[in-house]
Amino acid sequence: MVAVTLWGTMRQYANDQEKVEVQAATFKELCDALIRDYPGMQPQIERGVSLAIDGRIYKEAWFTPISADSEVVLMPFMQGG
Amino acid sequence: MKNTHIATKVNGDGVEFTCEPDETLLEVLRNRLGLTGTKEGCGTGDCGACSVLVNGRLVCSCLVLAVETQGAEVSTIEGMASGDGLHILQQTFIDHAALQCGICTPGILIAAKALLDKNPSPTDSELRFWLAGNLCRCTGYDKIISAVQAAAAKMRAA
Amino acid sequence: MNYVSKIRKFKQVGTRPARPDGDDKVTGRALYGADTVAPGMLMAAVLRSPHAHAQIVSIDFSAALAHDGVKAVVTGADLVAQDEGSLRDIQENCLATTRVLYDGHAVAAVAALTLKAAQEALKLIKVEYSALPHVIEVDDAMRADAPIVQSGRALENVPEGFSQNVTYHCQFGHGDTDAGFALADEIVTRSFKTAATHQGYIEPHACLAQMTTDGKAELWCCTQGQYNVRDICSALLGLEGSQLRVTASEIGGGFGGKTNVFIEPLALALSHKSGRPVKLVMSRSEVFRATGPTVSSSIDVKIGMTRDGRITAGRAELRYSGGAFPNETVSMGAQSAFAAYDMAAVETLGWNVLTNRPKEAAYRAPGAPMAIYAVESVVDELSQILNLDPIDVRLKNAARKGSKSSYGPTFDDVGLIETLEAAKAHPHYQAPLGPNQGRGLSAGFWFNFGGNTCVSLNVNTDGTISVIEGNPDIGGSRASISLMAAEELGVPYEKIRTIIADTASLGHNDITDGSRVTFSVGLATIKAAQDAIQKMCGRAAQIWGIDADAVTWEDGAAVPAGENAGKFPPLSLAEIAAVSFETGGPIAGHFEVNADGAGVSFGVHLCDAEVDPETGATKILRYTVFQDAGRAVHPSYVEGQMQGGAAQGIGWALNEEYIYGKDGRLQNSGFLDYRIPVASDLPRIDTVILEIPNPGHPYGVRGVGETPIVPPLGAVSNAVSRAIGKRLTQLPMSPPRILQAILKG
Repeated sequence: MVAVTLWGTMRQYANDQEKVEVQAATFKELCDALIRDYPGMQPQIERGVSLAIDGRIYKEAWFTPISADSEVVLMPFMQGG
Repeated sequence: MKNTHIATKVNGDGVEFTCEPDETLLEVLRNRLGLTGTKEGCGTGDCGACSVLVNGRLVCSCLVLAVETQGAEVSTIEGMASGDGLHILQQTFIDHAALQCGICTPGILIAAKALLDKNPSPTDSELRFWLAGNLCRCTGYDKIISAVQAAAAKMRAA
Repeated sequence: MNYVSKIRKFKQVGTRPARPDGDDKVTGRALYGADTVAPGMLMAAVLRSPHAHAQIVSIDFSAALAHDGVKAVVTGADLVAQDEGSLRDIQENCLATTRVLYDGHAVAAVAALTLKAAQEALKLIKVEYSALPHVIEVDDAMRADAPIVQSGRALENVPEGFSQNVTYHCQFGHGDTDAGFALADEIVTRSFKTAATHQGYIEPHACLAQMTTDGKAELWCCTQGQYNVRDICSALLGLEGSQLRVTASEIGGGFGGKTNVFIEPLALALSHKSGRPVKLVMSRSEVFRATGPTVSSSIDVKIGMTRDGRITAGRAELRYSGGAFPNETVSMGAQSAFAAYDMAAVETLGWNVLTNRPKEAAYRAPGAPMAIYAVESVVDELSQILNLDPIDVRLKNAARKGSKSSYGPTFDDVGLIETLEAAKAHPHYQAPLGPNQGRGLSAGFWFNFGGNTCVSLNVNTDGTISVIEGNPDIGGSRASISLMAAEELGVPYEKIRTIIADTASLGHNDITDGSRVTFSVGLATIKAAQDAIQKMCGRAAQIWGIDADAVTWEDGAAVPAGENAGKFPPLSLAEIAAVSFETGGPIAGHFEVNADGAGVSFGVHLCDAEVDPETGATKILRYTVFQDAGRAVHPSYVEGQMQGGAAQGIGWALNEEYIYGKDGRLQNSGFLDYRIPVASDLPRIDTVILEIPNPGHPYGVRGVGETPIVPPLGAVSNAVSRAIGKRLTQLPMSPPRILQAILKG
């Protein structure tokens, strides 16, 4: 299981928990698992999210591996200038 | 409107063109003479990207009517280098990284050369006020000031 | 993947060679968006809304079409209607279909033999409008009774009960802020406002489009991302991506404002209708009215601090408006507001609100400068109240390796402490101040991006190298990319030429944004060079008749290694290249990646300002930028980013703002009234580059382009506030506003 830290707005879809545990070994599996377990997150995840794994931020990278002891933080999809 | 025939000199070469009476020198340089090194940033004389010399005087070519250049001498960025050799100011701008996007560079080089021709040893303050009509959004002007001063020193020594 | 495992001695990275495009740019030869022509070319002009908000009842362009020299007219009906949210918004922003949402919103476009004929024809287009109520200010637009800019656009994250103008809500943070505030000896709560500002690139948007009847098209334009232009224009014109080739011209500044598409679909549609090439160039007024700007904001900040300067809790509520179309820029403000601090309890809330302003475009570190300005102002005020040194306060609370960031993840190596210490040790910080003078300090932060990138590196038979990359060069990146290729290959910088590919010549590359180019394209270039090196080692091994594994690459040559060491003289890159046809064909390296590991960037700015108490005018006396660049590949251009960002931030702090009349129309759409800093407004901008390597890049590079615009807002405001002895809370700090604060007593 992977413990995922949710940003504030996403917690309302997970019974106000700051962290949830899901079964996932990659970025894509994590997104799929979150949608399955917490359907309220689906619109945001489908619009786009980033994922910080051990402090490094990933976008659009399905197969990025996640290990069980990683720090995993869900973040909005970012755009820059 | 009826076109007017104009004979002038651009960068030392005799040039003839016809233009409408309300066409600006900038429009004629860019659209009729193919001299696109002079840039349009605003068209209202606020940014200095279109700086050229007319009879040795620094002007915004967007504020000069082309018909006013009858018999005049116009200097643009295309005339600054001689043959395959860059002007000291041009080379120093490259050496000092005084340009980023480069769109303001032709106008700033023309303006800087006009100053150094009159005043070979400007203070930083004189230089900053002289170039206040030439907007640069990339550099914060720091390296431009350094480059002009370095070029001025080289030109004085030459 | 972590790259920096050993200290590497660089031979070329860190030097300052001449940029490859320098000669073209100092001679006027470089071709920007408006500098090209095509045979038979028409000139185009755009009709724009004079209303802040109105229904389009009808458009009659028959008289315009009949005008002498006019070859085509297009309206919103000529673009392919999009279903999907963001593409649909771009389509509506390029050409309105049923409603105009801001002053300057495009309604129609004309192509004619001359620009003058096109402009005359615009006046013959009869648009019947039915004016609608408008709203300009973000706080007004949040009220329940505000005019609705667009309905039905709120995302699921917006709680019920808000105006329909509120389209997005976000919340970040950790810890118990109430408990944190209870521990504080001092709490400051302040409200701030910042104006919308424009990126202010000197080159107006420009393009030249050619579309043929068989569904092929060519587009030349000034853009930060030709692939993005291709994708959007293909959709709006119903073209296949492969058939639309977009070439990025030299670009006269972007700063985020040229990440968008505005006029390109219009030019393509006009070309399609007329069967001729069409050139379309914006006027400066159009640039101000219809492109950019950044968000305007209204922000509340509350911070608690102990007597000895430890922050106990922080809270910020950010209300941003990015104009008439939804965006989520506020999420980046909410994540970055407190990024410089290691906090036990932090909470930020963000709201995006629609107003009748132009569609926001990114501007250097979008969303961060205003949020960090507000936080840094309150930290400065607390330092004043508690009589503490503002750098010591920041050092005491600075984010560092292992800190839980305000947006969630734990920081790896970040250079904030080193940057603060450099500022503290700098002579600027100790220099005496005179009357009416103040010294301001602010930290700043940006995430930095990686993203989709590909690079091809061709080894030419004469031993020179062509690097092909896909990101427009805004500030000297070709020099940096060439330096990294030269470093990795071990050949002189002069042997390399880097060019920017069109969309048909290289795979997709993300936009030049997020400070990503030196990082991501640099990474891909190094990897492409390694790919080529591997192939060259293979060729050398074949020539020598030994295993490829037994060959290494040293100083630009293949060298036999292991048991073969010394058996053959090294084969240089040029020697291998010269016989490439004989040894298996041309040699090239490639690399494609969705790059991660960009590594955040912190900066600290010091500003001395003097305020004239009679007029309220501010003079910046001294300015120093300290920033962690990870590794400065070409230090001159790193300094240039730091100086340029600082100057833009100073303009934002002191002068620049979008000013609207009661009628909702923009009143200052020119450089005379929208005043960006000129040379005589600024002092020298000193720079101190820190190099704390980013573990996510082979050379330790961090993006440097965006962070420098973040600290100036707070640094200048803190300097001015200290100079006049009053806390200022609104940007820009124009002379009347400062005078008002002084006179209020």
